[in-house]
Amino acid sequence: MDSELTAWALAAAQALLFIAAAPLLAGWVQRVKCHAQNRAAPAVWQPYRNLAKLLRKKMLLAENASWLFRAVPYIVFGAMLLAAAVVPLIAVNLPSAAIADMIVLVAFFALARFFTALAGLDIGTAFGGMGASREMMVSALAEPAMLMAVFTLSMTASTTNLSVATGYVLQSGLVLRPSFLFALLALTMVAVAETSRVPVDNPATHLELTMLHEAMILEYGGRHLALIEWASQIKLMIYSVLIVDFFFPWGIATGFSAAALAVGALAVAAKLMLLAVILVVWETVLAKMRLFRVPQFLGFAFMLSLLAMLTHVVLETGG
Amino acid sequence: MSAAGGTPLLLAYAAVASTFLSGAISLFAVRRHPGFLHFGSFLFLFLSGAASIVAGGWTLLGKHTLTGRFALGLPWLDWHLRIDPLSGFFLVLLGTLVVAISLYGPSYTREFARGPAAQPLPPLGVFTALFVLGMQVMLLADDALVFMIFWEMMSLSGYFLVVYQHQHAANRHAAFLYLLLAHVGALVILLSFGVLAAFGGGLTFDQMRAAELTPLWATIAFACAFLGFGTKAGMVPLHVWLPDAHPVAPSHISALMSGAMIKMGIYGIVRVSYDLIGDVRWEWGVVVLVIGTASSLLGVLYALMQHDLKRLLAYHSIENIGIILMGLGLSMIFLGSGHKMLGTLGLIAALYHTLNHALFKGLLFLGAGAVLYRTHAHDLDHMGGLIHRMPLTAFLFLVGCVAISALPPFNGFVSEWLTFQTALQAPVLKNGLLRTTLPIAAALLALTGALAAACFVKAFGIAFLGKPRTRRAARAREVPAGMLVGMALLAALCLLLGVFPTTMIQAMAPITQLLVHEALPSAAAQGWLWLTPISPQVASYSAPFVVAAIVVVFGLGYLFLKRGAAAPRRAYAWDCGFGQLNSRMQYTSSAFSQPIRRVFGGVWKVDEQIDTLASAGPIPRVTSLHYSLHTHDWSWLRCYVPIGRVVLAAANRIGFIQTGNIHTYLKFSFVTLLVFLWIVS
Repeated sequence: MDSELTAWALAAAQALLFIAAAPLLAGWVQRVKCHAQNRAAPAVWQPYRNLAKLLRKKMLLAENASWLFRAVPYIVFGAMLLAAAVVPLIAVNLPSAAIADMIVLVAFFALARFFTALAGLDIGTAFGGMGASREMMVSALAEPAMLMAVFTLSMTASTTNLSVATGYVLQSGLVLRPSFLFALLALTMVAVAETSRVPVDNPATHLELTMLHEAMILEYGGRHLALIEWASQIKLMIYSVLIVDFFFPWGIATGFSAAALAVGALAVAAKLMLLAVILVVWETVLAKMRLFRVPQFLGFAFMLSLLAMLTHVVLETGG
Repeated sequence: MSAAGGTPLLLAYAAVASTFLSGAISLFAVRRHPGFLHFGSFLFLFLSGAASIVAGGWTLLGKHTLTGRFALGLPWLDWHLRIDPLSGFFLVLLGTLVVAISLYGPSYTREFARGPAAQPLPPLGVFTALFVLGMQVMLLADDALVFMIFWEMMSLSGYFLVVYQHQHAANRHAAFLYLLLAHVGALVILLSFGVLAAFGGGLTFDQMRAAELTPLWATIAFACAFLGFGTKAGMVPLHVWLPDAHPVAPSHISALMSGAMIKMGIYGIVRVSYDLIGDVRWEWGVVVLVIGTASSLLGVLYALMQHDLKRLLAYHSIENIGIILMGLGLSMIFLGSGHKMLGTLGLIAALYHTLNHALFKGLLFLGAGAVLYRTHAHDLDHMGGLIHRMPLTAFLFLVGCVAISALPPFNGFVSEWLTFQTALQAPVLKNGLLRTTLPIAAALLALTGALAAACFVKAFGIAFLGKPRTRRAARAREVPAGMLVGMALLAALCLLLGVFPTTMIQAMAPITQLLVHEALPSAAAQGWLWLTPISPQVASYSAPFVVAAIVVVFGLGYLFLKRGAAAPRRAYAWDCGFGQLNSRMQYTSSAFSQPIRRVFGGVWKVDEQIDTLASAGPIPRVTSLHYSLHTHDWSWLRCYVPIGRVVLAAANRIGFIQTGNIHTYLKFSFVTLLVFLWIVS
């Protein structure tokens, strides 16, 4: 009973660490990106300053905003908090992973997106509608690709539990599985689309007619905007940690000793920093796509994940 | 008879009698006494629904199987009745919807009592009662005769309900199509019972259960039943009647049709294949899975293009029937391959989704009815901003939207999650093709779910959010309390079934024990908090945690952010300096779905027209612009129109025998009689 309590306490601590570290990752990406593009870089903790500023600001609401508009930031943040709680960050075998498996995780993202899109339609501006319509189109294509990639992993590990699956990859050692390679590519492409990064969307602009995510939340301000921004930073972190967990889990703690946890924390920090650099390179060399190129991009991701699944069934099970 | 002394069966009889009284009393609801319909008829309907729930729930939880026998009709053909966990489950489903509409109906039907939409009231009450009566007795039927009589009663009274507002030609057309396909379906069902009765040597279900069928004849019986019941359920491509018929009926009837009537098709498929035939084959499962996947995907894609709210909901019924069929198909594949536990899981997923769909689709149709009641608008583009004028309706409708979009923590998510979990167990199958097909079906289910979410963002966003698009929408007000209570009941059940799935699955165990002699003991092994369908290592989900987390975030947000902060200031949204934003600048429903229409281009036959009117003068300028968009169903154009053409041509060919001369007709009758006598002797 006592060890169970410790495990739950650790799980709660990990979830808190997760949401606390998310702005840091965003700040790191921002900083590396500025360096890569020869611009003066803000401090790594600039996102914290932004959040603090937004949380203190006085609220301004559009006159047509309904109760739904005011509830959405909390729902979105709640969904992301839950999602963050089930993803193994520094240790596997934590009991919180049982709350939700991979499919529920995808559904948490869908829940957040559903309500964000509704908030976009609430004010009745053309921008909000545009953002909502486009975001739902992109997600309708990204979600099956993501689930297909996730199914490949879960069929390999015969579980949809995130912690157990990570543990399985960890245990089976360095085995080269072609299916994982395809799944990794597909998942990365979906992650880029879902976290509104270049080339699907550009998180840095509010001025283009091509914006997707930003168009939906254009009317938000103050603490509402803070929650939504924080939630999207958590989302970026979740996708990064998922990729790290599934494909490069080495270093993650399997026991709860202090040394193991420290190693796990350091390992995941190093891996995320490296992943952020890759993301920056990707975002710097690629240009944003036209909106109707995005379905082809995501269609390619879906084909890759389908290929991953077929490779798994044909090559790796051999019943 | 078991120890309970047949009480559940007596309660079921009481429910039937109460429905009958409800119909009888509404005969008196002439124009001067509408109260007979509003109070009398709906009161008895309420009692009937409540009795159905108790009877069904008692049977289900007590694992009873009770039979009854009536010497009615022909002297050598008694009527056999039986209530068992499966029929109990569907009685609960039906009873819940009947209770909800009997709370909702008294206010809603006032519209028909007076004013511009006035209609004679007795037919509405009588046919509603007959419709419910048909479903209730059909669920209790234990022989093919009773089953078919009451199946037909349900179908026929449904016709009169669809055509209730018969002044519109579209309603009459929809009702005719409904009647035609209902009868084609009934004929095929009759063939299926014919095969079973021939092998069993009698019309009772007990004889059919005992029948020893060869695989070929079993497949024929299954195919006929699947076609016939599938027509009623609305599977692709036999769905064409559904999106026409459901929207034109009065809204509480639409709720009953989409919520309960099409589920009777599912009941029929389960009853015939799992219970009467018994020996399920995996090949059938493949067919059911493929048709289910096609139905769900096409249903949601067609729904996305609709701008009539009730028609959009009707297409979603096709989608959800597809999801239920996918569950059934998976169940048959696993059962037929000898994996009993996984087959049970698939069956549970399918039945759970059946109940869930009844609840949220009933809720959504009642919500659409509430909007119709206040704004008289069918078209999404004539609504808008209703969340300010009808906040409670908006909230309840939103619950339905979230539930049907399969988002946690509501009920739609649980059953889809169970379907996913079943499909992911594909690696246990020997057949390599099946191992690949099942995950692809699961991915298509994911696509369906994502598109459904897009569709309900559109439906809720265009109808309830933004600014009012018409004057009627701007003046709408909240509907009467009775209608809200009816909707709130269904919304509360949507949440409860989403948060406590483990308890529900335990309650459903007697059904699977009856049908496949297996329960799902692992599902609840970790207590009510955790849903672990296979084992905690493989997959788990805990909805109470999800609710708790969202509540905690709201609580913390209130404590630390909202409390003590100044009240937010209201201001106009930024209009880019061009002056006031108006309601015409908002996204419309067609605009919202335009990106998806472009991505999935070939699925619809799109008819897009832009008419511009230019002014006279040396330099023509556009003075008016009219945009119209129609999307047509390929299955109608490619299947039904050619069939119709062939039938018409054939009828013309043999038209020459119709001379109009009575002597010729007598001659035909005489020859026919001789031929029959020759066959018989």
